[in-house]
This record gives sequence, structure tokens and C-alpha cells, in this order.
Amino acid sequence: MDKRLKRILPRVQKPARYTGGEYREIIKDKAAVDLRMAFCFPDVYEIGMSNVGMRILYSTINALDGVWCERVFAPWDDMEREMRENGIPLYALESGDPLTAFDAIGFSLGYEVAYTTVLDMLDLGGIPLHAAERTALLPLVFAGGSSCCNPEPMADFLDLMVLGEGEAMDNEVLLLLNRAKREGWDKRRFLRAAADIPGVYVPSLYDVAYHADGTIASVTPKDGAPETVTKRLVRDFENSPFPTDQIVPSTEIVHDRVNLELFRGCVRGCRFCQAGQIYRPVRSRSAEKLVAQGIEALEKSGYQEITLSSLSSSDYRQLGELCDGLLDYCVPRSIGLALPSLRADNFSMDIMQRVQKVRKSGLTFAPEAGTQRLRDAINKNVREEDLLESCRVAFAGGWNNVKLYFMLGLPTETDEDVLGIAQIANDVLHCWRENAANKNRGVRITISTSCFIPKPHTPFQWEKQVSREEYLRRVRLLRDNLTARNVVYNWHDAETSEIECILSRGDRRIGAVIEQVWRSGGRLEAWSDFFRYDRWTKALEDCGIDGGFYTTRERGAQERMPWDHINMGVKKEFLLRERARAYEGALSPDCRHGCENCGARALNGGACDV
Amino acid sequence: MSEKLRLRFTKEGRAVYISHLDLMRTMQRAFQRAGYGLKYSEGFNPHPILSILLPLGVGTSSVCELMDFQLAQETDLAALPDALTAAMPEGIRVLETYPEGRKVRELKWLRISGVLEYDTADVLAVRDGLQRFFAQETILIRKKTKRGEGESDIAPAIRSIGFAAEARRILLSAVISAQEPTLNPDLLVSALAQLAPELKPDYAEFTRQAVYDAEMKEFR
Repeated sequence: MDKRLKRILPRVQKPARYTGGEYREIIKDKAAVDLRMAFCFPDVYEIGMSNVGMRILYSTINALDGVWCERVFAPWDDMEREMRENGIPLYALESGDPLTAFDAIGFSLGYEVAYTTVLDMLDLGGIPLHAAERTALLPLVFAGGSSCCNPEPMADFLDLMVLGEGEAMDNEVLLLLNRAKREGWDKRRFLRAAADIPGVYVPSLYDVAYHADGTIASVTPKDGAPETVTKRLVRDFENSPFPTDQIVPSTEIVHDRVNLELFRGCVRGCRFCQAGQIYRPVRSRSAEKLVAQGIEALEKSGYQEITLSSLSSSDYRQLGELCDGLLDYCVPRSIGLALPSLRADNFSMDIMQRVQKVRKSGLTFAPEAGTQRLRDAINKNVREEDLLESCRVAFAGGWNNVKLYFMLGLPTETDEDVLGIAQIANDVLHCWRENAANKNRGVRITISTSCFIPKPHTPFQWEKQVSREEYLRRVRLLRDNLTARNVVYNWHDAETSEIECILSRGDRRIGAVIEQVWRSGGRLEAWSDFFRYDRWTKALEDCGIDGGFYTTRERGAQERMPWDHINMGVKKEFLLRERARAYEGALSPDCRHGCENCGARALNGGACDV
Repeated sequence: MSEKLRLRFTKEGRAVYISHLDLMRTMQRAFQRAGYGLKYSEGFNPHPILSILLPLGVGTSSVCELMDFQLAQETDLAALPDALTAAMPEGIRVLETYPEGRKVRELKWLRISGVLEYDTADVLAVRDGLQRFFAQETILIRKKTKRGEGESDIAPAIRSIGFAAEARRILLSAVISAQEPTLNPDLLVSALAQLAPELKPDYAEFTRQAVYDAEMKEFR
């Protein structure tokens, strides 16, 4: 270990996250590999190591002969200070080598507020921030992940972005880079060739022009780059790689358990939900395979907990079979099975009760809106009767802790909808009084609200976000009407949501703002410890940008969106149709009760939900 | 069945930064991975029966850690050390497993070695200074306790201590009290920082070498 590092580690919190050396870390002979990749996650170790996508890609990239992929995370602020003071550049955990030793530096972008951390990691690693400053072929700085569905705010900093599912394409990019390195291509030649790989977006090959009012006039491809870049996906999800032999961290991480991915995509089509749109079409893995993979992963990791992950686990067709198969293995071994993302319906409650044989956790539901009218408008197919019935079963079964998640500021929301949330809280409380197995233990009902953020590639991408003042007025209205002692109300701050809105729906001009915020000290801003709203307002002002242009302005149906040249599968006509239905308060059926022809299946050879 | 067993293991290299709590989790998982089921406690929230005799501070190495555990089933103990080592993160090696370990309260002394690094100081002068400093009858240091700050004399907890000078570093070898009172080796450096700052190393690291009973017989 580096001597300087050894000296600072005793002074920082949780040093084990900075050392590597975990069980099953992949070590290769660096003299014998052709290409070295640094997989960078723009948050701390505990968050990054909990990311399933990173786990999969670490395995698929390292499966390539002659390529060594290592992990890099952002240090917490005490560690970063020590590193900067002692001249230690950001390094990869496996080899301890600085970022400058790598040929490819790839970031996983899943949360827009982490953008400043990307810049900080590049800088701490001694890599020039701007793509234009990096004139040599190596290192290539690129990114993937769900936030890339609007690649524009980070366009200045990244050489290329991979759209869609990394295991479907990252290796193609790396092999091309390897060839370019071997044959001595210049960067321009490589980027031009990379742009021919389906799913690869090279920002520097597109010119953006603006109208006088600030909206986008045109996005023009250069050098024969494609007009539209379409995301890549794994077609055969049943047989796509799931590493059962993963690294087991030696220090506690956020999701410290086996994570089994049931399916990708979602049949529900909630109109506010970006994940529900951009991961389409739905592709599942069979229960038989999942049980086998789950058991294998438990045996190889030694974990005492396994969780099922998907966007809506209740919609997994073989959920009963899967749970039974896993429980047969888990119960005799005291292994916990967790089942998040369940819907509030009878079937799910039945499963819940079977699963909780080992350990009983809290119950969480996300009705999202307070009245049936608004739930219909956002296409959240949950009725209050279902929710209360689920609570009845839960309270009778001994649960006494329910969490309910809502959004404020949804399109068409009125004060009546806000007060509807208070009504639901009261109804749930009443339900507990009527049905509690043991009233002496009391009950705790937690209501949480966050501020709605219109997201790219959703039916609400044209909508305005309510102002911070208006969000806070609605928060106060709700708070004043949540009077019961057993009801706790938490609200997400509106400031982060406003910035997240700018970053998710921004165009290339936002890059300067991100850089300015980083220059004034912004990093790890996904942590409220480090987020400073005034840094953003100051940077927007310095760059002469009106934040309201990106947040509180409703966009016209004809306006060109910054991400219109990115095809995530769902068609714009479908999104507009869904938006119109929201204003009519009309539901759309879930995909299994009527295909609405969103367009995503075309990316999967016409197959969906099979 | 399920007799009490004791494990002797090392914790070195990158593993020295694993905290006590994380080490407990790591041990539990390593047993699972190696295919040895640990015996669980009875009760509402069953947990595996595992205990590490003298929790080691973060940053300190050891070649003589001891841990007690019980297995769910009778097992061939001869194969266990290698199988467990193969399931461990870098830096943890299982040396042996045996039944009927001695009672924890009979453990008294620890032999430690240390490397004290001096970037600029004259190590020969420092060595003599260290010898004089630790030869004192009493070494009263301020110590943070649960009830605020207290004073404590660490001299009685040092049974023997010696120093050898090398280029830009001094090698320490000492026998210190393992429990009642427990002397954390880092306190040797704290004592210098408080009472003889000119002798304080720029960096120090310690390794537990062996554990003994009150009669200085090896503790097993």
C-alpha cells in the first residue's frame, strides 16, 4: 500500500472503504493486460457497491480477455481533504493506481445531482475535465446509466455516452478502443468509429443551435454521425449475465445483501415515472433460474439476506413460485428474504405474510397522490380500498408500522388532492384502530412527500414544476391537516428537487453551471450534508441562465427537447397521448390488459413481456 | 454436539482497516462461504454464536487473534483452517482451530511490535529518549472516557519495552497488559504526544505478536 495513504487512513472515517482487498476482488497482472478500465461511481463506496448495474458490468467487462476493470469511488470529504493535502490522486481500489494509469474511465450516471461529483473525481484523478481538452486518444472518458437518457448537461465533459444497458454494449466500445490503441488511431478517428456502434452517443459530433427565446432550434449531426441514437438493451434477459460470484465488501454497505433482479421494464406506465418508461420493454427471468441464481449467490457470498428487485415485484408472474423456492432454502438457514416494491393488493399481502416468516420489516406503500382523481391522472392504478384492505391484513397480522409515499406538485393537483393525503392518513389510522392485533403496541404511520420532477422520456416531460414557494405552501397545508399523534410527516426539501429538475431537463448550456458549482466547492451533493442551494443559484446567475426556463416553464408540444435525438424506445406520440389522457383523468390499462403501442418492443425484435 | 471451539487467525495488510463489527460480519459470511454452518442463538432474533476475544483497534495488525464459535454440526476440524482462509478477504489467515480454549479471564499479557517512523528526527537520540521516557515509574496521561476526561497511569500496564534504531525508524518491542487494564498500543504514541512531543513519531503502526497468561505462558 502507498506509504502516504497508510499515513492518512488512520485519520479518516471508515477507512476500510478506501483499501480494496475484499473477498473476490478481481486482480489481473497489469503488465499482461492490453486495456485498463476504471469503473467510476460518483458517490461513496457504500452506495456504489450497492449498485446492481455496477456489479454486473464489473463482471462482464472483466470477462474480456486482456481487459482489467477496476473500481473507483468518491471519497467522503475528510478523505478527499487528506488526499488533496497529501497529493494523493484518486486511485482504483484493486491496484491502487491513479486514474491517469487507465485507458478508459467510465462513469455510472444514475442520479443527476451526482454530476458535480463526476467533475470532482476527474479533477482528483488528475484528468482534464473537458472532452475538448483531452486531445489524445487515451484516456477515454465516458458514461452510461439511466441519467444518460438526457446526455446534454454532461456533454462538455464526456467523450461518449452509452445509452441503455451496459452489458449489451460496453464491451464493444472497449474492444474498439483496444484496437484504436493498438493501431495508434487518433481520438477523432476513434470517436467517429465509435459513433457507428448502435447506442453510442458522441456529443462532440452534434452541433446544437438555439432560437432567440432560448429553446433549441436544431441538433445537427456531423461527419455522418446518426441523426438519432437508439438505446441498446439485453434481448435475452433470461440468459443475460448475472454474476453469482460477486465481491463481498468487508465493510457494511447500504444494500448489504444478495440482490436478485426479477425483470427489467414495467407494465404499469405511471405517467410521472421515468424508470417505468426508459427500461421498456418488459423482459423477465424465470423463477426456476432466479431460485438457482439466488441460492448460488447466497452460497458464494455468505450473505444472510436476499432481496428481490424490480420496478414492481407484484407484477412478476411467478412471484409465488419464486418466493416458495427461495423460502425453502432460506427459512432453515435463518436467511432473510426481503420483498420491496410490492403493490397494495391482496395477492401481494398474501406473499408478504409468507415471506415475513424469518423477519418482519415495516410496510411501505406509494399511493403517490391523495385522491382517486389525481391517481387516475397519473395512471397510478391503486385504489384506496386496496390500500386499506392491505393495511387491514397487515394490522391484523401484527404489523404496526406503515410508510406512505406521495408526491406534491403533480400536474393538475389542487388543494383538494393535497388534503386527500391527510384523509388517507386518517383512514389508515382508523383501520388500525379497528383491526390491530395488539393495540398496546401503538402504531406509527409515516407520510412522506417529495416534490414532483418532470422527467425526460415521460408523458410529463413537457410539464412545469411547481415553484419552491408553492411546494412549501402545499407542505404547510398538509402538515396543518395531519394532526393525529401517531402520524409522522416528512417532506423532502424542494431545493434539491428544483436543481434535479434543471439537471434532468437541461441542455448543453447547463454544463457551465455544473462546472461553476463544482469550482465553488460542490461535490457529493446527493448528500444533504453537502448540497448547497445558494451555490446553484449563484452559478446560474454567473452563467446568465434563468433556472425557471428549465423548471417552472411549461414546454410546448412542438418544442424541440434537448434529448429528442435520443431514442429510449417509447415514441413521442405515445407520450403525448398519455399526457392528454392525464388531463382527461383517464386511466390507461397496464401492458398486460391492452398494449398501448408505446414503441419500445421494436427494440426487442417485437417481443415484450414474455 | 456443538462444542465450544476456538480459532486463531491473523489480520494483516489491507485487512487491518476492517473494524471489529465488520470483522464479525466478515467472519460469519466466511463460515457460510466455506460451507460451515455456525450455531445460532435461540430466541426471537437468532444470531450466530461468535465472539472475538480481544477486539483489535482499526489499523493494528495481528498474528495472534482468537475467536470463539460453535458449529451447527460436527465437523472435521483439520480441514477448517484452510477452507476458511480461502473464503476470507485479503489479509486474514486462519492458523488453527481447537476445542477447549482457556478461559478468557486468564488472558493477561500481549506482546506487541511497533514501527515508529521519524521523517527528520535523529533516530539514535530519539531511541535514547524513548528508553528514558518509558523507564519512568509513572506515566500519567489524559484519556477520554465515557465520563469525560480522566487521568491514567500507563506505566504499570507496560511489563517490558525496548527500542532499536534503523534508518528513519525505530522498532519497538513490548509486553503490555491485555486486560484489566487494557492498554491500546496507540496510547504509547498519545503519551509521547502529550508528555514528550519531541519523541512523537510521524507515523506509527503496531502488530500483536502473541498473547500470554499472567505467568507469561502462551495463552491458547
